[in-house]
Amino acid sequence: MMNMHNTNNNEKFRHTNCSKNSCCSSHLCCTKINHFSVVRGNTQILQDVNLHIHCGELTAIIGPNGAGKSTLLKAILGQIKHTGTLQFMDAKGVRDGKPIIGYVPQQLPFDRSTPVSVMDLFAACKTGWPVCFSYSKNVRQGVIEALRRVRIENLVDRKLGALSGGELQRVLLALALSPLPDILLLDEPISGIDRKGIEMFYNTVSELRKNYDMTIVLISHDLPLVARYADRVVLLNKKVLCTGTSVEVFKHPEFEKTFGRFIFDNIFDNGRGDDIS
Amino acid sequence: MMDVLYQLIEQCLPYSWTQYTFMKNAFIAIILITPIFGILSTMVVNNKMAFFSDSIGHSALTGVGLGVLLGLNSPVWSMILFSVIFSVFIVIVKNTNTISTDTIISVFSSTTMAVGLVIITKAGFNKYSTYLIGDLLSITPAEIGILAILLVVIILIWFLMFNKLLVVSVNPSLAGSRGMNVFMIEMIFTIVIAVVVTVSIRWIGLLIINSLLILPAAAARNISRDIRQYHVFSLLISFVSGVGGLILSYYWGSTTGATITLLCAVFYFITFAMHNRFA
Repeated sequence: MMNMHNTNNNEKFRHTNCSKNSCCSSHLCCTKINHFSVVRGNTQILQDVNLHIHCGELTAIIGPNGAGKSTLLKAILGQIKHTGTLQFMDAKGVRDGKPIIGYVPQQLPFDRSTPVSVMDLFAACKTGWPVCFSYSKNVRQGVIEALRRVRIENLVDRKLGALSGGELQRVLLALALSPLPDILLLDEPISGIDRKGIEMFYNTVSELRKNYDMTIVLISHDLPLVARYADRVVLLNKKVLCTGTSVEVFKHPEFEKTFGRFIFDNIFDNGRGDDIS
Repeated sequence: MMDVLYQLIEQCLPYSWTQYTFMKNAFIAIILITPIFGILSTMVVNNKMAFFSDSIGHSALTGVGLGVLLGLNSPVWSMILFSVIFSVFIVIVKNTNTISTDTIISVFSSTTMAVGLVIITKAGFNKYSTYLIGDLLSITPAEIGILAILLVVIILIWFLMFNKLLVVSVNPSLAGSRGMNVFMIEMIFTIVIAVVVTVSIRWIGLLIINSLLILPAAAARNISRDIRQYHVFSLLISFVSGVGGLILSYYWGSTTGATITLLCAVFYFITFAMHNRFA
């Protein structure tokens, strides 16, 4: 418990620091989402979403079903029509506007009988030389490197259909990481994976954030895990209801309105349990 | 050029069927056309386009009908034009995502088939019945030239966009998130299928052309672990069935297209029986 509070306090400190300096002008890498709105048919899915996301931080987006979380990620990716702008500034302040974005979808519906190996999928994404011929040793080595980053290099020749849910998520994560993105978008990447797989996935993501100073945006319904791993939490329901550290957000009245008090208590019970063990 | 090939065939294959020029033409055509179908087959099956390619065949009948109405000597150009328009339309409908795609394809393929049949039967059906069953033995050296060009084009397209096509076939939104223009890739591939199906329909026949586009890869899938094996097996099955079907049809006196399809089907059932060992 003590530990958790300490980290949270540190995070808070970093935040206030950051907003004072206003990252984007002080040559720190960051992403600004300005006035994002999405309308589909007659339904307003997102309404004037403004977010300031810092590099090297894990930002978790939480909210009820149908809150527009996945839509927000797809709008950032540019796959969904939206109004508003995405402003990106890298650490040197050189490149702005078009960041490299890695994306791990909620799930990947595909034909399980398809004769495509992990190697095929990677080579097809990374090179232009038709994978139905052959690939050079260099390409193969590169793919193995990319898989090693998430510790699944042993799966390189496995057929996609033969992967378990957790393995597939890691393959997709490795794919989203090559080339190394400026922003990594994870859409509830843990659905359908057992507890151990979830922990492994989150640990990997945490390591990435530290090692590569990457902006990570994560959608999750798993509030205990959000409390544990996220540096910053955004409560979204068509618009941004509140943002801050997990403790700040979880104590916010809007959070109670969305998730209720019962769940709120539950989270911290869980958190305590984890800390003791 | 053709004479050299004829001599080569006679020397390498000194059998009774190689005495006839039409058989030699058909043999060369098979050598060119089966790789086309073997290669395309892999991605048609991966993209679940079986139903689509079937309806392209049907729509060709309206193309024939239009050719008849326009008084064209050979309706191949009106067929190509019509099937390309048809396929572009289908891709657009598929991407608007409002109506069920298979329903809309079905509606249009029956309409186009009906329109084609009405026009053709008015003009005299017998003259055009080859489009239904196909007549590979009637292929001319000039048409063989068209097939050769088609094969080169397909291989070029594979070099240019196979990888993108593969990622799209695994999952379109994954491809989209990696900056690929999914709509464009689908459009190009669909048009390629439309052109290949339409061009070869008079030699293979509308009724069975789709099986040549599906069976080789469907059979290869049963025993392949990765994309390379998939292509090798699909090509082999397509080629062996093609050559075998041509020779068998000569001795049996059966129609070539159907005999080839039958061999493909045999391969499918054999590989299906083996598939547990390769899963």
